Amino acid sequence: MIYAKDINERTPWQELTPGGEIYEPGTARLFNTGTWRTNTPVFHEAACKHCMLCVPFCPDNAIPVQDGKRLDFDFMHCKGCGICENVCPFQAITMVSGGAPNE
Amino acid sequence: MSTVYNLKREVEKPARFTGGHRLCAGCGAGIVVSGVLRALDNEDRAVVVNATSCLEVSTFMYPYTAYMDSYIHSAFENSAATCSGVEAAYHALKRRGKVEGTVKFITFGGDGGTYDIGFQSLSGAMERGHDMVYVCYDNEAYMNTGIQRSSSTPHFARTTTTPVGSVGQGKKQNKKDLTEILVAHNIPYAAQAAPIGNFKDLHTKSYKAIYTEGPCFLNVLSPCPRGWDYPTEKLAEIARLAVDTCVWPLYEVEEGVWRLTYIPKKKLPVEDFLRPQGRFRHMFEKGNEWMLEEAQAYVDQKWERLLERTGA
Amino acid sequence: MSDRLSGNEAVAYALKQINPDVMGAFPITPSTEIPEYFAQYVADGEVNTEYVTVESEHSSMSVCIAAQAAGARAVCATSSAGLALMYELLYIAASCRLPVTLACVNRALSGPININNDHSDSMGARDTGWIQIYAENNQEAYDNFLMAMPIGETPSVRLPVMTCMDGFITSHAVENIELLETEVVRKFIGEYNPENYLLKKENPLAVGPYDVSPYYMEHKVLEAEAMKAAKARILEVATEFEKISGRRYGLFEEYRMEDAELALVLIGSTAGTAKAAVDKLREDGVKAGLIKIRVFRPFPGEELARALANTKAVAVMDKSEGFSANGGPLFAETRSALYDLKERPYLIDIVYGLGGRDVKTEDIEKVFGRLANIAATGEIGPVYTHMGQRSKEENA
Repeated sequence: MIYAKDINERTPWQELTPGGEIYEPGTARLFNTGTWRTNTPVFHEAACKHCMLCVPFCPDNAIPVQDGKRLDFDFMHCKGCGICENVCPFQAITMVSGGAPNE
Repeated sequence: MSTVYNLKREVEKPARFTGGHRLCAGCGAGIVVSGVLRALDNEDRAVVVNATSCLEVSTFMYPYTAYMDSYIHSAFENSAATCSGVEAAYHALKRRGKVEGTVKFITFGGDGGTYDIGFQSLSGAMERGHDMVYVCYDNEAYMNTGIQRSSSTPHFARTTTTPVGSVGQGKKQNKKDLTEILVAHNIPYAAQAAPIGNFKDLHTKSYKAIYTEGPCFLNVLSPCPRGWDYPTEKLAEIARLAVDTCVWPLYEVEEGVWRLTYIPKKKLPVEDFLRPQGRFRHMFEKGNEWMLEEAQAYVDQKWERLLERTGA
Repeated sequence: MSDRLSGNEAVAYALKQINPDVMGAFPITPSTEIPEYFAQYVADGEVNTEYVTVESEHSSMSVCIAAQAAGARAVCATSSAGLALMYELLYIAASCRLPVTLACVNRALSGPININNDHSDSMGARDTGWIQIYAENNQEAYDNFLMAMPIGETPSVRLPVMTCMDGFITSHAVENIELLETEVVRKFIGEYNPENYLLKKENPLAVGPYDVSPYYMEHKVLEAEAMKAAKARILEVATEFEKISGRRYGLFEEYRMEDAELALVLIGSTAGTAKAAVDKLREDGVKAGLIKIRVFRPFPGEELARALANTKAVAVMDKSEGFSANGGPLFAETRSALYDLKERPYLIDIVYGLGGRDVKTEDIEKVFGRLANIAATGEIGPVYTHMGQRSKEENA
């Protein structure tokens, strides 16, 4: 079995999967799109009512939810689009200029 | 899904669509795909089928798949036939005891892959009655190749093949009404949806489409910040304006029965939807008032017809 | 057991014996009878295949690709424009390494539209990554189809297989045929158990990525290696098939080639006509022979060169016009294969039989006459000519 984590641009053809198949779920998670950010959301936990309205609006699944609480952003995948800030009824998210360092 | 929609419960389900894909920041397609796949029951598996599109090149770029379920992309024009093949294989292998459990079949195509090049394949699959869902994420132009008009592009919209110039005024034709065409296939469930509010609309329609036996169709408005020319953070607002102006009415047709699923408290003028988008900017220039009038008249006429059909 | 069947019936019967998981069905002359016969088997409950009556050949191949990826054994049949409509998908089936099986009943391509036989349809698909195996007659059409799955499904190969027969000439003519018992066929074909498939419970499978430049070339090399590996596998399967049928197959058939000085290289049903001509010439003391290419992809270049090494003059007979202005596709392959020989025979190309234009033993004898003249004089004359067309000039 060939795993996505072992495939990169230096992998010889003998070690790639035939037909470009992938045999695992969600390997895109390995890829950092956080570097794309030019704006970064800041999560104000104290203001958050955990209404979850921001979660389904995230195109990058970068708002983790656990035990009824939304957690801080997954900055490895957040691209900083700012939709979440706009849909938050409680000003619990503010966008700041610049790409914050990735986790 | 239990009877009452609960956003908190739904967002806590393990995600079927992951981050790390290469869709643009603020892309509507990612939101739509997440929203549709979230409607799957946790215990069910799915096979996701995808037409060539922004979505495809961004969500399965070797070796990175953004899907937790099995996924197949074949070509641009054949995603419904591809889904037919997977579904046929499922029945054959189930009959022969080689596959167990419930597997659902969900196809995603853009408007290019659905309204245009994949239309024949879609019509065929719907007519044959495969147990599948076809989801069109409709961003109203060929975005993957750089914003060319499709038959889904609305009247007057500026695209790279319907530019605005001294003579040209954007797209000359009205948007094709694909949802109605699909309804005419007499499929058990067809609906128009949009990513708005707490996602009850998209979620309940997705759930019905996935769990209604037979071929089902969802047409989901999928704002594209690049192609529509608006700031990425405005997606929710734009989608809301599309439904509140009745440019994109939300309705469903279940076993031939038409039902409006959302009636705006106050039907807003079409201009409100058009104004924030660069693709319609020329409509607001002096002397072009007739364009706004025509656009409004078209929406009003379609909306009236829909009200009649749904008995609303 | 012996029977009398047309080529289409023979393939349909093979399909019944195989009982594939999924068939994508769409009619086109002259392959239409295959899905028709099969539909009756489905209606009679003789098979329990998922029979998908699609709206185009494009969709029949799309269904097959997807079904095969899902873990099913998928088949379809087509001809001419149908195969042309599948063009993009033929590449996708091969590049996704999905061993779909397709019965191609060869017919001319438009335009003008013509329903009769030549090889322009499958020759147009020769570089798609499909294994191509051609039949001379009904028996071979049946046998080749039975061998297709054990070849294509082998893990080291994993390539789709196209078995070809000549439209009408083979597909519709009823001939004596030896059929295998269904139990024997099923044992020979075996179960299709791919390691990964879309419906597998243990792990998901993602198929058909966007492949950027750092990966695309490597994937193509993998595919090219698979096509090379197919050659040995085709011969292995032929050996296994001989054990159950008593019929022997190679990459090509050599007919009276032991001491042949003048030879033809051709494909398909014309071999029957040409063999009769060879026999007649042999009676007259002419050292004539022929090679009937069975496997065109992978092309048996080295083997063909060895088989032609001792000939003096060879005519390649192309039943398709490639419009290269330099000869047909079989000629291009053959001439390329002979390049490595120390001493090469004279080589000419004759394009014939387009759109069902008949070819008779006398026509073949004329070709040998031309070869004899070339061998005797060393004057090759025009290398690339057509045969059988009306002309103001005398033709080959």
